[in-house]
Amino acid sequence: MTAVTTSVPALARRPKPRRNVVAHVFLGVLVLYFLVPIWWLFVASTKDTEGLFAGSSGAMWFDKNFNLVANLQDLFTYNGGEYLRWLGNSLLYAVSGGLGATAISVLAGYGFAKYRFPGRNLTFSLLLGAVMVPMTALVIPTFILLSNLKLTDTVWAVILPSLLSPFGVYLMRVYTAEAVPDELLDAARVDGAGELRTFFQVALPLLRPALVTVLLLSIVGTWNNYFLPLAMLSTEKLYPITVGIGLWEQLASSNNGGGHSLWSLIIVGSFVSIIPLVVAFLTLQKYWQGGLSLGSLK
Amino acid sequence: MAVHGSTVTPLPQDSPQELPARPEQVDSKRAPRIQTVMARRARKGWLFIAPFGLVFVAFLLAPLAYALYLSLFTKGLATGTRFSGLENYFHAFSDPQFLKGVGFVVRFSLVLIPVQMAVSLAAALVLDHLTTRLAKFSRLMIFLPYAVPAVIGALMWGFLYSPSFGPMQQVFSLFHASAPFLLSQDNVFYGLLNVVTWQWAGYYMIIVYAALQGIDPSLYEAAKIDGASTWQVAFRIKVPMVSSALVLILIFALIGTLQFFSEPQILGPVANGSITPDFTPNIYAFNLAFGYAQFNYASAISFSLGIIVFIAVYAFMFATRKKGSTLS
Repeated sequence: MTAVTTSVPALARRPKPRRNVVAHVFLGVLVLYFLVPIWWLFVASTKDTEGLFAGSSGAMWFDKNFNLVANLQDLFTYNGGEYLRWLGNSLLYAVSGGLGATAISVLAGYGFAKYRFPGRNLTFSLLLGAVMVPMTALVIPTFILLSNLKLTDTVWAVILPSLLSPFGVYLMRVYTAEAVPDELLDAARVDGAGELRTFFQVALPLLRPALVTVLLLSIVGTWNNYFLPLAMLSTEKLYPITVGIGLWEQLASSNNGGGHSLWSLIIVGSFVSIIPLVVAFLTLQKYWQGGLSLGSLK
Repeated sequence: MAVHGSTVTPLPQDSPQELPARPEQVDSKRAPRIQTVMARRARKGWLFIAPFGLVFVAFLLAPLAYALYLSLFTKGLATGTRFSGLENYFHAFSDPQFLKGVGFVVRFSLVLIPVQMAVSLAAALVLDHLTTRLAKFSRLMIFLPYAVPAVIGALMWGFLYSPSFGPMQQVFSLFHASAPFLLSQDNVFYGLLNVVTWQWAGYYMIIVYAALQGIDPSLYEAAKIDGASTWQVAFRIKVPMVSSALVLILIFALIGTLQFFSEPQILGPVANGSITPDFTPNIYAFNLAFGYAQFNYASAISFSLGIIVFIAVYAFMFATRKKGSTLS
């Protein structure tokens, strides 16, 4: 039985120098594999177009011209600064979709875990079924539905469907059942706290680790989403960064950049776009590392 | 922290006042009042579920029902929209383009999932075994691709595969050979396999790793005293103990792969035609809907895909079910 323990302090594992060398080499190879593309992206975003295609020092090392600053200027001013706009849109979609989905998930997870209302088992089975429905299969029907309501090609067409997170509800339900004792809730009720107040003041503080995890997962999900905004939006000004870069890539490969080489913009744009989430994950690691195991608790 | 040894499955031994009041159990005169209080409180549970219920109905049930409805009609140029029953489904399941896409994603998951699980399990076991600073650093770096959008990940690998400015050509030319183009007709399967493994293995590794960290360490001590080697501890204790985490990532991987879209869609323009508009069922549905405005048929394809995934995952869970396991 695994408990909600997030990490067990390193126990007295006797060091085994010889085997650890092999293990470290294995890790080194893995790290190399996972970092190579990101390193390449960084190096490539410091090159000018000529350096990119016919550089002097190969694809994995810096060219003689260090062109990062000029590339960034180019990126942020190209076509009226549309890149910055896309970045802002991504932020809007990810934060509003992520916060909304998390709030909805924590409420529902708590409801499923702590109330024996009629119809609970049926609705929870429905929810588990929903975890297995591929979200992209819903995109086209949702598009048609929203287009009847004249809501496609608006920010709502991206934000509202992002609020659906059956897996978030499942995680919150599992965590609430383990982390919030019924006795504590009853004690609060005896003291005269209403149901909402009991939730906000007693249960919610205990749910913080799961809350951060679900928030990060849903923000990443929305930030990285491509299919939904691609289907919903046709106005370029509303694009998130993923769809925007996809558009540039199509233009670049069909040579419609109007004489402007879009490839270096795509590369430096890709590099800039991964910075926010990478920084968020590195700084928030102590919150999400334990939380990600929640789904597999038993 | 309230850490009970309890299970996730609905708790049978709940405090009695939380149970729906059962008349035969309560026989005092105050019982009816307590019952109504309890029932009223239980009903408040619905208030907590309500926001999710709303989103669930609006963006899951309604689209599914609407897709089902639309898929039962056919829009003809001359005839207008007419009811056609299951015609679209008969068409879909005899449509070579749709079947080709389904065949591809099924083959792809059959190869991808074992590879991905092997990589993430191996990495997690090694990281669980080592406690050095390098191991901690590696854990973060292996996880990093999860923070990279699939679109960007696919683009990066597309560049790395590129014969004109990727590093592969440079490496191969050292040996006077020409690098294989990993997006060509013959190689695109492996090219994509690599992209997806790179993207997701770290995330799965963290899930397995966290489960490994939750194992009671005294088990290892006991095994060591019994003379078990590190390998035996890993495969006889650790792997079975994290089996529910493994099942979870397998389900994630299965759902994710069957709805494959972003990576092939992004690599399409640089793949010289080896990624066709019917490459995966999702790409096919997207092109039917937005390229040809065949919304009825696209709905049928979407709905079929949803059903296929649902059945595949359900069958898998049924096959691996055990008491108290994941998503039970």
